[in-house]
Formats: sequence, C-alpha cells, structure tokens
Amino acid sequence: MAAPNRGRKPTGAQGRPGRSLVLILIALVALTGGMFWSGQLTPRLGIDLAGGTTITLEAKNQPGAPNAINETNMNTAVGIIERRVNGLGVSEAEVQTQGDRNIIVNIPKGTDSQQARKQVGTTAQLYFRPVLAVAPGGPAGEEPAPSPSASASGEPEDGASASPDTATEGTPESGAPSAEPTASPTTQGRAVTEGLKAPAASPSASASEEPKPSESPEPSASASTDPADDQASADLQKRFTELDCTDDAVRGTLGDGVKPGDTTIACGTNSAGQWEKYILGPAEVDGRDVDDAQGELDQQRGLWKVTMEFTEEGAKKFSTITSRLSQQQPPMNQFAIVLDGEVVSAPQVNQTLSANAEITGDFTQESAQDLGNILSYGALPLSFEEASVTTVTAALGGEQLRAGLIAGAIGLALVVLYLVVYYRGLAFIAILSLLVSAAMTYTIMALLGPGIGFALNLPAVCGAIVAIGITADSFIVYFERIRDEIREGRTLRPAVERAWPRARRTILVSDFVSFLAAAVLFIVTVGKVQGFAFTLGLTTLLDVVVVFFFTKPLMTLLARRPFFSGGHPWSGLDPQRLGAKPPLRRGRRVSVPTDPKEA
Amino acid sequence: MSRLGNLGARLYRGEVGYDFVAKRRIWYGVSILITITAIVGLAVRGLNMGIEFKGGAVFTTPKVEVSVSQAQEIAEEASGHQAIVQELGTGGMRIQVSELDTAQADQVQTELAEELGVERDSVNAELVGPSWGEQIANKAWTGLGVFMILVVIYLAIAFEWRMAVAALIALIHDITITVGVYALVGFEVTPGTVIGLLTILGYSLYDTVVVFDSLKESSKDITKQTRWTYGEIANRSINSTLVRSINTTVVALLPVAGLLFIGGGVLGAGMLNDISLSLFVGLAAGAYSSIFIATPLVADLKEREPQIKALRKRVLAKRAAAAAKGEPRPGDQSPDADGELLDPAPAAAVVGPRGRGRGRPTGRR
Repeated sequence: MAAPNRGRKPTGAQGRPGRSLVLILIALVALTGGMFWSGQLTPRLGIDLAGGTTITLEAKNQPGAPNAINETNMNTAVGIIERRVNGLGVSEAEVQTQGDRNIIVNIPKGTDSQQARKQVGTTAQLYFRPVLAVAPGGPAGEEPAPSPSASASGEPEDGASASPDTATEGTPESGAPSAEPTASPTTQGRAVTEGLKAPAASPSASASEEPKPSESPEPSASASTDPADDQASADLQKRFTELDCTDDAVRGTLGDGVKPGDTTIACGTNSAGQWEKYILGPAEVDGRDVDDAQGELDQQRGLWKVTMEFTEEGAKKFSTITSRLSQQQPPMNQFAIVLDGEVVSAPQVNQTLSANAEITGDFTQESAQDLGNILSYGALPLSFEEASVTTVTAALGGEQLRAGLIAGAIGLALVVLYLVVYYRGLAFIAILSLLVSAAMTYTIMALLGPGIGFALNLPAVCGAIVAIGITADSFIVYFERIRDEIREGRTLRPAVERAWPRARRTILVSDFVSFLAAAVLFIVTVGKVQGFAFTLGLTTLLDVVVVFFFTKPLMTLLARRPFFSGGHPWSGLDPQRLGAKPPLRRGRRVSVPTDPKEA
Repeated sequence: MSRLGNLGARLYRGEVGYDFVAKRRIWYGVSILITITAIVGLAVRGLNMGIEFKGGAVFTTPKVEVSVSQAQEIAEEASGHQAIVQELGTGGMRIQVSELDTAQADQVQTELAEELGVERDSVNAELVGPSWGEQIANKAWTGLGVFMILVVIYLAIAFEWRMAVAALIALIHDITITVGVYALVGFEVTPGTVIGLLTILGYSLYDTVVVFDSLKESSKDITKQTRWTYGEIANRSINSTLVRSINTTVVALLPVAGLLFIGGGVLGAGMLNDISLSLFVGLAAGAYSSIFIATPLVADLKEREPQIKALRKRVLAKRAAAAAKGEPRPGDQSPDADGELLDPAPAAAVVGPRGRGRGRPTGRR
C-alpha cells in the first residue's frame, strides 16, 4: 500500500466474488478450529481484568557503569526474577522485558502481592555466611536435633552462642591450610577443595575487611556479659527451634529485614532435596566479591563441580573466612551461600582458599550450572526501582471487564443503528462485515494468548472498541463511492465495480496511516499503551482483509439481487432517494462513450 | 433520511455547499484564536497531572460506609499526605495520595482498609514511583515525534509535500486544542489520556487523508482546463467528501461515547474514562481541522505555485470575458466530485469540450 495508484480497471474479486468469500470462510473456520484445538476459547485476560498484581521495574543507571543497562543484563535479570517469583509457588507468573529498561512482572490473583513485591524488587542478596548450626528443616521438638550428618559434635545451642565469637572478633586462625585433599561425603554432599593455593591473609587485615555490623545485636564476644545480647541470642535460638522450613509462607518471610551483619536463621535444601535449617553468622563475603563462577565437568574425576573466581578484595575476605572455618569442627566448618535469604549450598571448608575455589560434591550438570549462575548473577546485574505497582482485585477486574464489554456492546449497537438508519439495506453488508471482523479479531486474540503471550487488558479492549469506528469507516468510504456512482446515473452493478478501485485506494491510504500510528505507538511506548496499540494495529490489518475479501465480494454478489439492483427503497441504493440524475439524461448518456477518458 | 440522501446528492453535485476555501481566513482566525486560548490556558493553568505522572498511590475500595470527606480525613491521616477522594458509581471510593513512595504505600493501604472497614485484599492499589510518569511522557513524546516524521514522509511520497505540511499543521492544531481543553477544564492527565491523545494522531490524519485523496484525484489534470481554480477544486473535494467525513466522525464518536458513558457513568473514573475523554475531544478537533484547516491550507500553499497561479489568472480572465459576453458563468456549476474533469457525465460533456478547446493551448505554454 504505497503511494496510491490509480486503478482504473476493477481487479481482484470482481469476476469471482464467491472465491474470496469461500477463502475468508475457510480462514474463519481455520481460526476457530485452531482456537478449539488449542483449547484456548477466550483471550487470555490481563491482570487488570482478571485480577492480580503487575509490577513494573525500572533499571536504574549505576554510577561508573554507563552501559550496564543492556539486553544481556536485562535478560539475566528477567531470569533471576523469574526464578524468585516461581520460588513463591506462583504459577503463570510472567516476567518480561518491556522497552529497553523495564521489566514487567505479572502475578495472577491469589498470590500474596506484598511478598511477591519483596522478592521481585530487591537486588543484591548473595552472601557467604558461616554456618553456626544445622538441623533438619521440619518444626523441631524442644531441642533442635543436631544435623545427623554434618555435625559430628557441638550442640546447635553451643554453636549459636559460641561461633559468633569467631566471626566478630575477627581472629581466624592463620594456621597453614590443612592439606586434606578432597570432599568429605556429607549429606550436603559438598565440600570445597582447593583450586589455587594462596597464602592466607593476615588476620588483622582481613578483619577490617569484614562487614562490621553496625547496630545489629551481636550474640558474640559480649554474649556472656551483656544480658540484652544474651536475650537476642536466646530469641534466635527459640526462633530456630520453631522454624519450619517446609512451610512456604514461613520461608518467604524469613529473610525479611535481615541485615548482612546479623546473625540469622535460614533454610535450604540438601542434595537429597530435603529441607534443612541453619543458624548463620554475619555475612563475610557478598555477591559482588565473586568475579565469576560456573558449573563445569571435572574431566579427571568425571564429576560436576562449580568453580569460583573472586575479585581481589573478595579473595582476601574469602581466604579469611576459609582459613578460620577450616579449623572448626563440623558443622561450623561450613559456609552457607545464601541467595535471597535461602541457603543454596553449604559446602564444608577443609583448607584456606583464596582467589580461585571450587565446590565439589554430588552435583548434577543442572545443579552445578545453576549454582554457577547463582554465584555469578545471584545478585541482579542491575539495580531496579519499582516504577509502578498495580494491584487489582478479582472483583474490580471482573467489573472492568464487564464495563468494557458493555461499552463495546453499546458502541457497536449505536454504530449498527446509525448504519441502518443511514444506509438501510447496505447496513446489512456492513453489519455482516463488522461481525466477520469481530470474529476474526476474537479468535486471533484467543490464539495469540498461548502463541505470543498476548493478554487482553483494559486498554486493549478500548482499542478494539475504538476500532469499530475505523472498520465501519471503510464501509462508509465504499458505500459513499457507490452512491456517488449511482448519482452519476449508473446502475448498481457497474457502480459497484467502478466505485471499488477508488474506495480501495482511499481505504488503503487511510488504514496505512492508522496502522503507522499503531505501529509507532507499539514500538516506542511502554506499559498499557502497548496493549492499546497492538489491538488497534491488529484490527486495522483485519479491516483491510475484511474489506478486500469479504465486503467487496459480498457487495458484488448482492448487487445481482433485485432487492439492491432494483433500488428498493429499503436497499439504501434507491436512485431517486439518492438524487440520481434524471433518466432523461441517462438516456442521453448512452450515446456518450461510457469509458471515461482520463487523460 | 431521504432529505439527508438528497443533501448528499446536492453536495455531491455542488448544488449546495459551503465555501470552505474562500472563507478560510475566518476559520484560520477561529483556529488561531482557539490555539492561543489553549496555549494561554496551558501556560496559566498548566495541566492537572495525575498520580501516574507525579508519583503516589491510587486506592480503589469496594463499597464503603463512610462519606467522601471522612474518607479523605482517614486517608490523609494514614498517609500524612494530601489525599483526593472521589466516590465511584459502585459506591466505592477512589483515593489518590500523592508523593507516596511505593514502600510506604503498603502500610497506608493496610491502615486505610482497617479504618474504612474493608478487607485489605479487597482494596485495589496502584502505586507509582516518581520517575515512571516521566518515562511514559518521554516515550509518548518520542512516539509523537517519530510518528510525525514518518507521516510527513509518507504523505510527501503518497501525495505531495504541501499536503504533508498541511496535514502536520492540522495535527499539531488538534493536539494543541486537546491539550488546551485539558488545561482549561482541568481534566486529570493520566496514561489513559496519553493513549487517547496518541490515537488522535491516527484518527485526525485518517480523516484528512480521505479529503486529500479526493483532492489529489480531482486536481490531477487541473492545468488542462480553465474552468476552476485550485481553491475551487479543493473546496469541491471537501464538500463532496463532507457526507463521508460527517459519517466517519459520527461512527467514530459513537463507540467512544459508549466508552465515555460507561467509563464515566458506571466505573466513575479510570482508564476507560480517560482514554475516551481525550479521544472525544481530539476526534471533534480532528474532524474540524481536516475540513476547515488542512485542505484550505493545501489550497493556500498550492496557489503559490507558478503553474497554479497562471491557471488562476486564466480562469479569472476567462470568467471576466464570459461575463462580458453575458454568458452564464461556468462557476455556477461544478465539476464532478470525482474530479474527472473530462468525465463524460452530461454536465461536463456539455461544457467540457469548450473548456478543453480553450484550456489546452494555454496549459501547454
């Protein structure tokens, strides 16, 4: 549909109107069949119609990293957020990028939106914390049972009060790395072995590197002297005892408000998939300290392992923690890799490690690569801000859907009424065309739900309603042309054919402009505007299809009916009513060559 | 209807018609006046930007027992910020609190629900960070710019640059008026409004393009005749597509009116209302501008072309000569709407040869 061309000879459907009609009928049947086949009988509803929460995140520019907001980082962030949201047990949650710096998270109704928001919006939460105690994840009795495998000694109670000492005092033993070669098989199934040996940093230096808890209660060195801290430690112990890791809701709130410097409790699964709970010391290394990590196959042993590389600063911190931990008794020789408040892995440390380290154990390929990803990206690559959060209750969603449908029905009824009053019999063709257009729009929308994840939202409904006007206008253009031809004194059948090329050009030009607007809107804008633009563009395209393959052939066919060709008063094509030129002149014009001379 | 049909026929044949082009200065004046009013209104009153642009929260509650003023008090107390409360058709409340940060909003929602005696989960919340609106607005401006450039290019190719310029001016005119109405009346500007506004782009041009299409066709062989000036042809084009323009506008406005009625009457406020309101205003402005502004502007621009100027001279000279001879002025009749100047239609057939005979030689000079 480029520059309008003057089409003098009616082409296309003129000779075989039936063929086009059959074609469009086949298309309709195919679409409907596809709809039933896919089992998607209604368009997927957006959050604002079905109820739920939509969170729009906007990536923030980070100082020092001007190009951080790029496609790769955005996609990584989507992956991580998706994992977090799915971790909530949300089915059908949707995480997708929109525009160049936004991520949209759609969470259907029935999910705790507050919890979801916490999961989604937060950024850097990967920490390495020393393990103080481990117990099976279920709600324990009076006394937390020591983890059967990991803790050969030491009651968790001891661990809770004793180990923070080491953490906060910052006096890890600087002893030589123990040369124990490899993994000790625990139920955790993981152990850190040495990748590259490096001399341990001096205790004092590394102590200063450690995140210093500022105001958090320290159940630590002062534990014995300060009753308040004693109290805090006892509280923690109590919470640990009561903690039930198998309860999703409990787990979701566990990490709330925990500062890196706090001693905390956390949950995690062991390699057998069972929940375990931990008491963890203050974080000593965080996600930013990890330079790179990946799951790889150890060629020699045929095992999957995860290798980590630390940044310079991270290496110092890591060697401090490992040199200290390696001196401890199980389970306190473990450090926990905590992502978003959950322990993803808790390897044992057997020696002081530094810049490079590897974690071995019974990893599968998947779990090794997962852990590698978590370690390298666990912290979102970008920091995000909640640009908007919309929570729609199912009640309001339903109401809006109903209102949209009613508005559509009213709009359609008014248009039909107007068409009938003004165009009479011709309105029949217009209404049928509108119906075909509506049916195609509906089925395509339904199919696009599973197809490309299209979801009908309120602006999209608006777009569809507004499109009634655009679609009807194409018929108006054509009908007016036909009427003009009849006013010229032509009979209906030639009028229908002569009017078509010109009407067609006008329809194409104006629909092109309309489509252009929709396409630009769709590409450039964000959020709700896109839904609107999408429907508008879709209906504009369908309008062209319907006018070409349905309205025009139908018009050609019906022009053969005496009702229309005879100019019945109710046909809308009555020459007299239209004020056609008197028959006297028409008679005269027979002598004039009927082929228009167009210079 | 028959009368309307007759009107259509008479418009078509040019028996009746309004001289849009000749009276264009009046309409330009009107438009300039409206535009100035709009700009002044925008400058003085500014736009009433919604929460989505300022940042804040909108809570929509189900039916509550308290009055609007009570609800406002409760909301202000809970949030510590100014609150605007509207009652909805459903009996619920729409509570807007500006400058609320998304983190605080959760708490406010809980408090509100408690105070209003409704379930927390039954409250709808829309929380918007302060930079979101800016982003939407920026994108909208970008969209507007890109669209305008593309459309000017397209129209310049499909028609000619003069029409593209005229269409662009008409487009800016429509948007200015719509924005001005928003400033003067104080309607709230929301993303819905922006959607509506951007849709007007397409619609306004859609209408204009149809008139241009007809004009292009009628003015095709314009220099080969001496009966009509370009302005007159343009005027005929407007008149002959007038019925269509009116029908299109009516048909476009009817669904929007349905939306407005339902959006405003039943839901009280929200997306439906915002989109349809700006559409309604914009569509009306668009229909006006395509008839009164865009096409007369094209005529103005065209009349500057030497060829068309010469044509005008010839036409006027011929008419003067005809008047001197006492012949009826051909201007009393009109060319076909289709602009087939050499159309075999009887009216043209009678005068056509004469026009051709005299017009051609001069036309080829």
